[in-house]
Amino acid sequence: MSEKATKLLLRGGKILNPTTGEQTPADLVVVNGKIDKIGVIATSEFQGKIIEVPGQLILPGLIDMHVHLREPGREDQETITSGCAAAMAGGLTEICAMPDTDPACDKQEVVRFVKKRAEQELVNVHPIAALTKKRAGAELTEMAELQRAGAVAFSDDEGPVVNSAVMRRALEYAGMYNLPIIAHCEDLHLSAKGQINESIVSTRLGLMPIPGAAEEVMIARDIALARLTDGRIHFAHISTRRSVELIRSAKQEGLKITCEVTPYHLFLTDEAMTTFDTNLKINPPLRQPDDRDALLEGLIDGTIDALVSDHSPYSIEEKDVEFAEAPFGMIGLETLLPLVNTHLVKKGTIPLEKAISLLSIGPRKVLNLDIPVIKEGAAANLTVFDPSCSFTVEIDKFYSKSNNTAFAGQTLTGQATCVINRSLYWMSDAEKKK
Amino acid sequence: MSLSIKHLLGLEGVSREDITLILDTAVSFKEILSREIPKVPTLRGKTVVNLFYENSTRTRISFELAEKRLSADSVNFSSSTSSVKKGETLRDTIRNIEAMNIDMVVVRHAAAGVPLFLTKCVDAAIINAGDGMHEHPTQALLDMMSLREKFGSLEGLKVAIVGDITHGRVATSNIFGLLTMGAQVMVCGPKTLIPRDIEKLGVQVTYNVNEAIEWADALNVLRIQLERQDAGLFPSIREYHTEFGITRERLERAKKDITIMHPGPINRGVELDSDVADSEHSLILQQVTNGVAVRMAVLLLLSGVEASV
Repeated sequence: MSEKATKLLLRGGKILNPTTGEQTPADLVVVNGKIDKIGVIATSEFQGKIIEVPGQLILPGLIDMHVHLREPGREDQETITSGCAAAMAGGLTEICAMPDTDPACDKQEVVRFVKKRAEQELVNVHPIAALTKKRAGAELTEMAELQRAGAVAFSDDEGPVVNSAVMRRALEYAGMYNLPIIAHCEDLHLSAKGQINESIVSTRLGLMPIPGAAEEVMIARDIALARLTDGRIHFAHISTRRSVELIRSAKQEGLKITCEVTPYHLFLTDEAMTTFDTNLKINPPLRQPDDRDALLEGLIDGTIDALVSDHSPYSIEEKDVEFAEAPFGMIGLETLLPLVNTHLVKKGTIPLEKAISLLSIGPRKVLNLDIPVIKEGAAANLTVFDPSCSFTVEIDKFYSKSNNTAFAGQTLTGQATCVINRSLYWMSDAEKKK
Repeated sequence: MSLSIKHLLGLEGVSREDITLILDTAVSFKEILSREIPKVPTLRGKTVVNLFYENSTRTRISFELAEKRLSADSVNFSSSTSSVKKGETLRDTIRNIEAMNIDMVVVRHAAAGVPLFLTKCVDAAIINAGDGMHEHPTQALLDMMSLREKFGSLEGLKVAIVGDITHGRVATSNIFGLLTMGAQVMVCGPKTLIPRDIEKLGVQVTYNVNEAIEWADALNVLRIQLERQDAGLFPSIREYHTEFGITRERLERAKKDITIMHPGPINRGVELDSDVADSEHSLILQQVTNGVAVRMAVLLLLSGVEASV
């Protein structure tokens, strides 16, 4: 998969500054994992691996802060190795692993295990530890130890913390270490046996509905608790207009609130469910056009901090069943950047630099991670992106062990051709053939 | 004449022409059913599987009878457990059955979307006999046949559907079919049993049963299941009857003859009083007879067999 190179030259690319949008044509040399030189480099003077990237964009390495890696526990769906491969192919140099594994990532041993398994990978894997023991919602995990072992946030993702008092204590305790709590907001009584968004579509299709309010009441609760505790909350995969509005106003108030959204909620609506495609069965569900529009507004005005894939691998046997029986979730590491480029950038909703910022700077700010900068002397953490190449999504070419995507056979535009992290690099097959 | 659809998955999107053809064909079959030997050889050599993943007595018997009246070979598969619990996937089950050379599948399942799923697994024509809370198209067709018989046309007819609209696939199919045929539809029931945004389908909504009775030419009264009370959707059966039960007293107050339908089985004294169910304005038993005729029509028209009835 990835290869090692002590000296590496990226030739003919353009360096994108995600803050200003400025694109600077330059060659870039990496020596021993550090950016050694930026400028015009003659190939004749260079000894080492040369990668030609004419006209392509050199970006700070991208990150997906919401990934389910399944290891330990469900290695048939995904492993840390296969997940890292999928991430590379998607142009990501860092990912955050959700704690809903088996066993749950609720002890320092599990955090260390995940870190150890990812040690040799190009992709940095940052474990998100469970908020409560066994993710059961009752007792806090040993947050200080977990943090020292490498956890970057705490979450009981795939489910909410039902007990408000537990959430309050968690916010207070995690606040001592300045780590965010990632909240999956869902009132389980309201969502109950729901399958898709509650709207005219659920009425037509006869599928049990999940009202937007199931998310909104928990966001409102958690905002109240953030105010009470001065704690940091990052809201995972928000999906409704009211959620955006609640978060916008909480941010204006100065609370330590951030949030993320998936690309699916930004360009699809529940109307897509009429095919009963279980790959589109995700949680939170695809909502109405008005919700999608509000999420786009939140993306543009800065209410939303990060774009994430919520990569959720499931086997074909689990997904190829009656709609009501299928689990929620879709894989996304390899389609995150292409979907964002195709459906948000190419359509003119947000400029490329904004999209890249939401895939690199935004999430790292949420998690206090180092933000890669492209300058001489800095650590090499780079994604090379060809924004104009079109390709067809083919599930048998996925590096992920699962193929539960709703985008198979679709043509997308824009793909990562190469990623570099430390002294490791990876090139796409197409790039190698050049 | 033939249908423009290959399967009958629901009535959403089914054209007026197709519905009319099914109803007209059913009328001819009804005549056959009244003969001394109520059987025709039309589907001889065709095999139909009745795949029932959910308990059903009347719909299954109605389909079986329709198949026998058409001389089709039919086999039954019943299972009340879902494929996931059984260990064999639905796709495997249906492909195994298809490997035995079948032409049509009649399917009932507790999960919405299963008939559509089956169309992607096998080549046979699929007929939806009720999928979860989604659709139950043959029930709506037989309701429409009964109404057309009584009123001559569905155009402009006012039909109120009373009861549990949320969990009722009969309601959804009736709404789509009736609106396509030019009828007007009102739904009535406790707000807890009326699904979100249903008015966007083009129906009126009321929570007052007297208003529905006042407005309607015909009432289609749906069964109230006791388990809905357990789920907290209404406080008690008694209160349901007080607020939404169709009683003779309520009907008499309206000072007009209102046609009563019910897809069965009736909870007498809950959603419908006995004297109303058994009155001369009730179409309930005609519905059952028409059910066989409508299902014969659907089976014939989707079989690909060219036959004039």
